[in-house]
Amino acid sequence: MRELFESTVRRICEDHVPIERVSAAEEKGWSPALWELFESSGFSQALAVDESGESGASWGDLCGVLMICGQYSLPLPLPEAMFANYLLTRSGLEAMSGSLSFGVDGDLCLEGSTVKGSLRDIPWGGDVDHVIGLVGTSNPMVVLMSRADAAQVNRTTNIAGEPRDELYFDGVTPLAVAPLAASMNKDVLKLGGAMLRSAQIAGAMQGVLALAAEYVNDRVQFGRPIARFQAVQHQLAICAEQTAATVVSAELACAQFDNGSEVSTMVAKISSAEAAAAGAAITHAVHGAIGFTQEYPLQLSTRRLWSWRSEYGSLSYWSQRLGSKVCAAGSDKLWARIVNASSDSTQESSI
Amino acid sequence: MFTEQFKYTRIPAEAEAVRSEVREFLRDNLRDFPASKRADSWMGFDAEFSRKLGQRGWIGLSLPTEYGGADAGAFTRYVIVEELLAAGAPVSAHWFSDRQSGQQILRFGTEYQKEHHLPAICRGESFFCIGMSEPNSGSDLASIKTKATPTDNGWILNGQKVWTTNAHRSHYMIALVRTSDSESRHGGMSQFIVDLSLPGITVLPIKDLTGSEHFNEVFFDDVHLDSHALLGAEGDGWKQVTSELSMERSGPERFLSSMALLNTLIDAIGTEPNALQAKEIGHLAARLITLRQMSLTVTEQLAAGEQPAVAAACVKDLGAVFEQDLPELAQLLCDIPPASSGGCDHAMVLAHLTQQAPSFSLRGGTREVLRGIIAKGLGLR
Ligand SMILES: Cc1cc2nc3c(=O)[nH]c(=O)nc-3n(C[C@H](O)[C@H](O)[C@H](O)COP(=O)(O)OP(=O)(O)OC[C@H]3O[C@@H](n4cnc5c(N)ncnc54)[C@H](O)[C@@H]3O)c2cc1C
Repeated sequence: MRELFESTVRRICEDHVPIERVSAAEEKGWSPALWELFESSGFSQALAVDESGESGASWGDLCGVLMICGQYSLPLPLPEAMFANYLLTRSGLEAMSGSLSFGVDGDLCLEGSTVKGSLRDIPWGGDVDHVIGLVGTSNPMVVLMSRADAAQVNRTTNIAGEPRDELYFDGVTPLAVAPLAASMNKDVLKLGGAMLRSAQIAGAMQGVLALAAEYVNDRVQFGRPIARFQAVQHQLAICAEQTAATVVSAELACAQFDNGSEVSTMVAKISSAEAAAAGAAITHAVHGAIGFTQEYPLQLSTRRLWSWRSEYGSLSYWSQRLGSKVCAAGSDKLWARIVNASSDSTQESSI
Repeated sequence: MFTEQFKYTRIPAEAEAVRSEVREFLRDNLRDFPASKRADSWMGFDAEFSRKLGQRGWIGLSLPTEYGGADAGAFTRYVIVEELLAAGAPVSAHWFSDRQSGQQILRFGTEYQKEHHLPAICRGESFFCIGMSEPNSGSDLASIKTKATPTDNGWILNGQKVWTTNAHRSHYMIALVRTSDSESRHGGMSQFIVDLSLPGITVLPIKDLTGSEHFNEVFFDDVHLDSHALLGAEGDGWKQVTSELSMERSGPERFLSSMALLNTLIDAIGTEPNALQAKEIGHLAARLITLRQMSLTVTEQLAAGEQPAVAAACVKDLGAVFEQDLPELAQLLCDIPPASSGGCDHAMVLAHLTQQAPSFSLRGGTREVLRGIIAKGLGLR
């Protein structure tokens, strides 16, 4: 199943998401045609559960798809839509067709049967048909809102020019509302976002590494390809190690998200944030000035790496959360918990 | 690109099953084992402990039953080994025979060699060391000079190995030596199983920077080897050594040998860390979980008969950087000076591992050598 998913999404990206389209998205914004193309491929609802409680695919199956979205800098909230439908259907609601995104931060609250407040940093929040968010902390509820119902839209973009918008709702009846699935807690959206970005970073890292490896073999200075210089080789070796680390930790996080493990997602976000910093710095260094131009495609990925590493919790945020738990549990528990973080048993999965 | 191979690898249930047994064994047998000894990790030599593990059937257990092994999968060994390392158990005596020598003999050895060596390895009674480096051949291993010349009934060995860990307390060395002249840089070398009790062999321990004796100089002076000493085909030495190095580079010892320090550091910090301490400990835990996952992936590839030399180099290099960062972070997070003796557990473990740290990016291939291998994997050389 995994291979089929990956070859499908890779083919669509290759045919329809050329570099020009990614660049154009930064100026022209939302492309309904591109969304329709991806929606018709079915990925946005791949993780929805049906009436029998069966889901077509797991996050483990879709990790590669998320990586490919990252590698091609797909200018659509496809990962977000996959996650939103995952959450909606697990909370007993219907999967949504149409474009869909989610927001984590804000002060959204339920007053009677209407929703008031704002939801911030929603990927493509000003463009999508629907957004989901959580209200309440002790008994969190999932609310599904129509974007058209927002009283105000504040447009913001991240470093890469990707929309991260704020929607303000002024007492609007949600399209749907339901208690969050019992197996999930109020952090689920942030953790989900962290998992998505980790996998996208892993994909983007593979992309910039391949681009840099090709470039240094082509570029000649002092009469030979700069790939022959050991200083260049060793920098890219470090980049490859970081890529390998972020690929494996994203794979772990996706596989374990299905089991409800939080630790593996924290690990992946920490690992990918570290890799993103090193990967962007190194691939720029070995490219010289050409990599510093808008025309050369390296920036499409590195500017995303610089954004994605801080979205849904930075290295510092998740390290501190993880470290507090590790210390509170004490050294006696450390090893068992390291092991449990990557095993299937969810027992003690939150270090 | 090889980075795609790093898929999530699950330890199979049958391998997980042995974990609780090992933990119980360690609880019983290492009850009063002090933190300062646990810091020795896979350098801690205790022949009696190795024999006990042998009795449990936990050495060479991926070898076939007919040779004393348990025909167990690679992951069963992985679980046992990582539990031993995490506890800082003294595993040095049988370490090389379990990790690589037994496997080399199984793969390349004759029936005689398998019958002669493997059962004793599995019992934890036959200890091996690795004879690769020479005074003028470190990173440039292919430049070795030690030479075996054929005779009517075997070989005559002359030359010198150096930095050979445990040579002074091992029974055998698997040595890479020159057996013929060759046009190619990597030709003309072969591996031998050298019985270290033979006449003409002198082993002189070299004190390391702490004054401990782990590694040695080994001199071969007209040593007569019988025909059973040659391991694998004459001239295949380089190929064999390359496959041996993958086993040597991807295992959990490349990031678990400083567990004692992570443990004492967490104890020293206590259950209510400040923001900096929490952040750094969390980051270390994340790196450790990631390294373990990488190492499991390489284990799966090795078990499938692949030669993941590049992936193994990634594990070893990242592992060494992790382990070298640990003593530095300990300095950053706690104001407890290291003490070689008489200090608290953390002070003594820190003293020990601060001094061991430089070796992590030397032994088993230097940082530069590993990065060169990775660069080759990227098509840069
Ligand atoms: C604790 C310990 C235990 C050991 N145990 C064993 C053992 O059991 N058996 C065994 O055979 N060996 C053993 N060794 C030896 C180890 O394998 C060598 O130290 C290692 O291969 C490096 O060789 P060298 O020390 O001669 O350093 P050198 O090769 O002289 O290297 C010195 C420095 O130069 C760099 N360098 C060398 N060549 C290049 C190049 N082409 N490009 C860039 N940089 C380069 C190296 O990376 C290093 O930084 C052990 C070493 C230690 C420290």
